[in-house]
Amino acid sequence: MDIGYKFKVFWELFAINGGWKQVVFVGLMNTLKIAILGLVIGIVIGTLIASVKVMPKYKRLPRVLDKICTVYVGFFRGTPLVVQLLIAYYVMWPLLGITISSLNTCIIVFGLNSGAYVSEVMRGGIMSVDGGQMEAGRSLGLNYGETMLKIVVPQAVKNILPTLGNEFIALIKDTSVVSFVAATDLYKTFTEIGNVRYEYFVPYLVMALFYIVLVVLITIGVKLMERRFAKSDRNN
Amino acid sequence: MIEITDLSKKFGNLEVLKKITTTIHDGEKVCIIGPSGSGKSTFLRCINCMEDPTGGSIIFEGEDLADMRVDINRHREKIGMVFQQFNLFNNKNVIDNIMLAPVHLRTKKLKKAKQTNAMRKFANVFRKNKLPLIEIKETKASIKEDARKHAFELLKRIGLEEKAYVYPSTLSGGQKQRIAIIRSLAMNPKVILFDEPTSALDPEMVGEVLDLIKTLAAEGMTMVLVTHEMGFAREVADRIIFMCDGQITEEGTPEEIFDHPKNPRLQQFLKCVL
Repeated sequence: MDIGYKFKVFWELFAINGGWKQVVFVGLMNTLKIAILGLVIGIVIGTLIASVKVMPKYKRLPRVLDKICTVYVGFFRGTPLVVQLLIAYYVMWPLLGITISSLNTCIIVFGLNSGAYVSEVMRGGIMSVDGGQMEAGRSLGLNYGETMLKIVVPQAVKNILPTLGNEFIALIKDTSVVSFVAATDLYKTFTEIGNVRYEYFVPYLVMALFYIVLVVLITIGVKLMERRFAKSDRNN
Repeated sequence: MIEITDLSKKFGNLEVLKKITTTIHDGEKVCIIGPSGSGKSTFLRCINCMEDPTGGSIIFEGEDLADMRVDINRHREKIGMVFQQFNLFNNKNVIDNIMLAPVHLRTKKLKKAKQTNAMRKFANVFRKNKLPLIEIKETKASIKEDARKHAFELLKRIGLEEKAYVYPSTLSGGQKQRIAIIRSLAMNPKVILFDEPTSALDPEMVGEVLDLIKTLAAEGMTMVLVTHEMGFAREVADRIIFMCDGQITEEGTPEEIFDHPKNPRLQQFLKCVL
């Protein structure tokens, strides 16, 4: 096995022939787009589900919503992401008679999927905040929603920030399956480079490097954010 | 001021409060004492519906707070509450803790007034006799400035102005509790409910909190206290309620309760705590 030759082939295709443009501007971009937008959608959906789950359930409406959320979470946690992608792209859209590009399909499915996971994380975060905080807010005349929004959720988010970072990292890595529905991500672009000469050795190594660098950068970012949020714990 | 009739509370099958009837008058200081598990805290928490009563009525300003249809938030603004565990908002610094509720609620009212005015302006176009607009004197900024000034006055009163911008986690228990008390004062409440305000404090810090409560009492604030500090109860209270097994077993002036207790359960209780 001539490793030097393999590197030379890769270098030619990647740097000299301009393969990196496809990798960075299409592959990396799409990976980030799917992961970031997916997480944003996930946080929104997750927060909504979590607030339904922690709502007091005297009335019928919260109870019905709760059942719906349980089914939702059960479905998205009970099936693999790939299956959800395939079902969305090849079953749901034709059934509904709409066409959505594969990239947008990925963003939607990743958002729905991470919503299910984030909801549990968020619920844990909200429950980790001392019940006295809610009582204090209510005793001052703020209503349930206002207290939730101003007092409880900010503290919950602070508590779950490391876990949310984890979720983001998981999403980034999960994007490597989007080629199942013909979306172009990092994996796809590197495979294309390999396809030219049927030399996959170096492209896949470099692909791993890309993912690792991404994850390290995110880890650093989460650390910085944690430090900012920890303001209220520091002695100053 | 607060008329409580046949108040009862059940947790499942457990009857915690059994038809409590009493009246808290304007300016009165009422201390509630009793053995643990007697329902004193539950009773206090039922007064502002922190726990929803399962029966009876609580008449405050002509409205029954026990009625689920009453907007309880509007009434809670006027009923302050101080907790055993302080419950300062951990994500806000001291001054924001104090300002949060007044600013929020007043801006909400301002917004509502503006909305009503806009609606009226529109409706007046079609009306023969025009409805007058609500006069709006304050702005968002002025509300904030006002609340800040008030908060600083209150902080100055307890000598903690220099702590205005620190977070609660850096304060001692006594400081936290005093700030919790002035936080409820910032709403200008008509009555304050104290739920064992000194039970979670180091013995050293009990004094400073009790002193603050005493000055409030001297200023004529109506208050209801659940406490284990018998000496303090005797000094401050106009009336003492002894609760046992979810009922008011005996009530009267401090002299009647402490010096001439009639009920055997009360006599036994006092023997243990005094």
